[in-house]
Amino acid sequence: MAAAFDEMNAFGGGVRAPYSAFAEWLGVQHIEQLAQKTAEAEALFRRSGITFAVYGGDDTSERLIPFDILPRIISGAEWRRLEAGIEQRVRALNAFMYDIYHRQEILKAGLIPDELVIQNKAFVPEMMGVEPARGIYSHVIGIDIVRTSEDDFMVLEDNTRTPSGVSYMLENRETMLHLFPDLFSRNRVRPVEDYPDILRRTLESVAPSNLSIEPTIALLTPGSYNSAYFEHTFLADQMGVELVEGQDLIVIDGELLMKTTEGLKRVDVLYRRVDDDYLDPLVFDPKSMLGVPGIFDVFRSGRLSIVNAPGAGIADDKAIYSYIPAIIQFYTGRAAILNNVETHNCREPDALKYVLDRLEQLVVKEVHGSGGYGMLVGPASSKAEIEAFRAKLTANPSNYIAQPTLALSTCPTLVNAGVVPRHLDLRPFVLVGDQVRVVPGGLTRVALKQGSLVVNSSQGGGTKDTWVLQD
Amino acid sequence: MLGRAANDLYWLSRSVERAENMARLLEVGYRIVLLPREGEGFHEEWRSTLQSAGCLDGYVQRHGELNTRNVVDYMLFDPVNPSSVATCLSTARRNGRAQRTALTREMWESLNSSWLEFSAIKPQSVSSNSLPGLLDWIRSRSALYRGALLNTILRNDTFYFSQLGTFIERADSTSRILDVKYYHLLPSAEMVGSGKDNFQWTAILRSVSAHRSYRWVFKDTYRPWKIADYLILNRQMPRSLRSCYDEVTQTLGELGVFYGTQHACHATAHATRDLLLEADIKNIFQSGLHEFVEDFIARNNKVSREISAAYHFAD
Repeated sequence: MAAAFDEMNAFGGGVRAPYSAFAEWLGVQHIEQLAQKTAEAEALFRRSGITFAVYGGDDTSERLIPFDILPRIISGAEWRRLEAGIEQRVRALNAFMYDIYHRQEILKAGLIPDELVIQNKAFVPEMMGVEPARGIYSHVIGIDIVRTSEDDFMVLEDNTRTPSGVSYMLENRETMLHLFPDLFSRNRVRPVEDYPDILRRTLESVAPSNLSIEPTIALLTPGSYNSAYFEHTFLADQMGVELVEGQDLIVIDGELLMKTTEGLKRVDVLYRRVDDDYLDPLVFDPKSMLGVPGIFDVFRSGRLSIVNAPGAGIADDKAIYSYIPAIIQFYTGRAAILNNVETHNCREPDALKYVLDRLEQLVVKEVHGSGGYGMLVGPASSKAEIEAFRAKLTANPSNYIAQPTLALSTCPTLVNAGVVPRHLDLRPFVLVGDQVRVVPGGLTRVALKQGSLVVNSSQGGGTKDTWVLQD
Repeated sequence: MLGRAANDLYWLSRSVERAENMARLLEVGYRIVLLPREGEGFHEEWRSTLQSAGCLDGYVQRHGELNTRNVVDYMLFDPVNPSSVATCLSTARRNGRAQRTALTREMWESLNSSWLEFSAIKPQSVSSNSLPGLLDWIRSRSALYRGALLNTILRNDTFYFSQLGTFIERADSTSRILDVKYYHLLPSAEMVGSGKDNFQWTAILRSVSAHRSYRWVFKDTYRPWKIADYLILNRQMPRSLRSCYDEVTQTLGELGVFYGTQHACHATAHATRDLLLEADIKNIFQSGLHEFVEDFIARNNKVSREISAAYHFAD
């Protein structure tokens, strides 16, 4: 694999402009002091309870996601381009979903194979003909972006269902402001702290239209054992809305009600952090204990807005992903501003042959997988691992997609040995309501192991504060 | 506020209060068994300590025989004991985590770090030398949480349900100590006037942290009827039944204003406070101290049930 582009030093050609003030500061820091600051950051996180549960294995205790105190910095010009690309993309994704659940023009035009949509697990037939407020399906979106050179930003994945991580974006910034106030006086960093406020405004803007009073908003969580529970409590708190579980809600006479100390109270907008399958046992998984029986009917009748809408997963399905550039062209009439990563759908025989011939060079992912589980990183795998994966892939090719192993950009990162380059990605967060609002920042995830390209926290990845400069 | 949230906050406060009471009871019991004495007196002492803590039956099932090591372990660390300090801190932290949105950062951090630090203690590492320090620490953690609550929380339903939990639990604890030890306070006990009884009087006062304040209030030596009066009827003493019910009725009054409605719990709590207001200790002794305490425990439980029903704790 070629050498990676470094966010601070490019390909070794000296410090890049957005990093100049930071690099100067970093140059005069003592490693012991930085290590001390890292310990302080960890103590802050642990005290505030910002932990996540790890699935699988016996250890179900709470862990901290490692936090790297060296920030990732994006210039204003870089950000403007990303912002334009992201906005274009989320508008197209929502137009795509509206079309898929209505007239299906894009299928009639033959741009996407019908069965890829209709037989997709993420396609929700019950959504056909449903009119969500403002025609929006996915209001809260996280777009995973990787960088490979000065000009090459690519979208690796869209998260249109229930993206998480925004609380880390906010807490990382708080922690940095606490630890390094002087750094913020040397760099004009755009604030991210109004995210909860913007989220609330977005939720209000998609309330059912016939309300005569302020909408009542609630955040639906699967409960305190969920890995993102901290984030659910954090956002509910910051927005000043009730944090509810399925057991706190009930449907009576076509309304969604929550059980309060003063009796039942109507809910108008539900920001749900529960997957489609568990939302309504009458419509989806009948065994679900997390959802609310009858809630889907309330939604369908227009008396409740669900954010993100059921069925929004069709837009971030990995099998659909490779069609996104065509989707953007189809609905916006323009070429995509942000490129996709070249992707081979193994369901296509030619693509499968191509992939099987080069397994040791490619990254192969399950179509419905997430969190970095069940994937093959060819260059980092042993012969035996590759052969085992080959067998799985051959047995069920349509379950996989493959992408080239990208030389993800690196950024200076503090490890025991000192400051070293580590690979990273970026997840900006977008809110879609009466406007499209891209928060200037995001969650930067960093692979802490030398050479590793897997940034997922479940696989030992960490996070960094993400600075977008005002310039 | 969600009914489930009110339930969590109420039991969060009860758990924090209970952890503190466990530590105090254990401290008193421990002092007594350390004293040189004849026979198997310490058995009796642990029995009444466990009884006051409401966990004698559970202990007997778990360990059978009474011994200091096991009692300390059962009251502090045993996750099977629903009232152990470990269980209380873990319940408090779990409820706090579930209601993170309702708590201030100071409240949450005190709960979270109490739980983290307590979980890190290895039971076998606790020696007779380190036990008093640990018990002090437990009490100080409860004080820290209460302080954070009083200093930082908005005076709304979050505060009211927290206050109710604290004072219902405290009333329960004080009344259970009286229920178990009442016979040391009967007039006949003073006649006996043995050193052991004097000792029991100190222990009763210590178990509600009142052995020094008694002297400030009465400027007198310990006398059993005064001790009973102090723990039941005194309005200055912050762990007396009267004090607890001053707080309970005041808080319910504020909650009634906040929501604009009154419920059965309001009537029951007021009737209970009136009883304490009008009683004098002579009459209580005449009609039976034990009966009075048992009646109070039943009333306190009734108020707790009625609060839970009125505010939809578990619908």
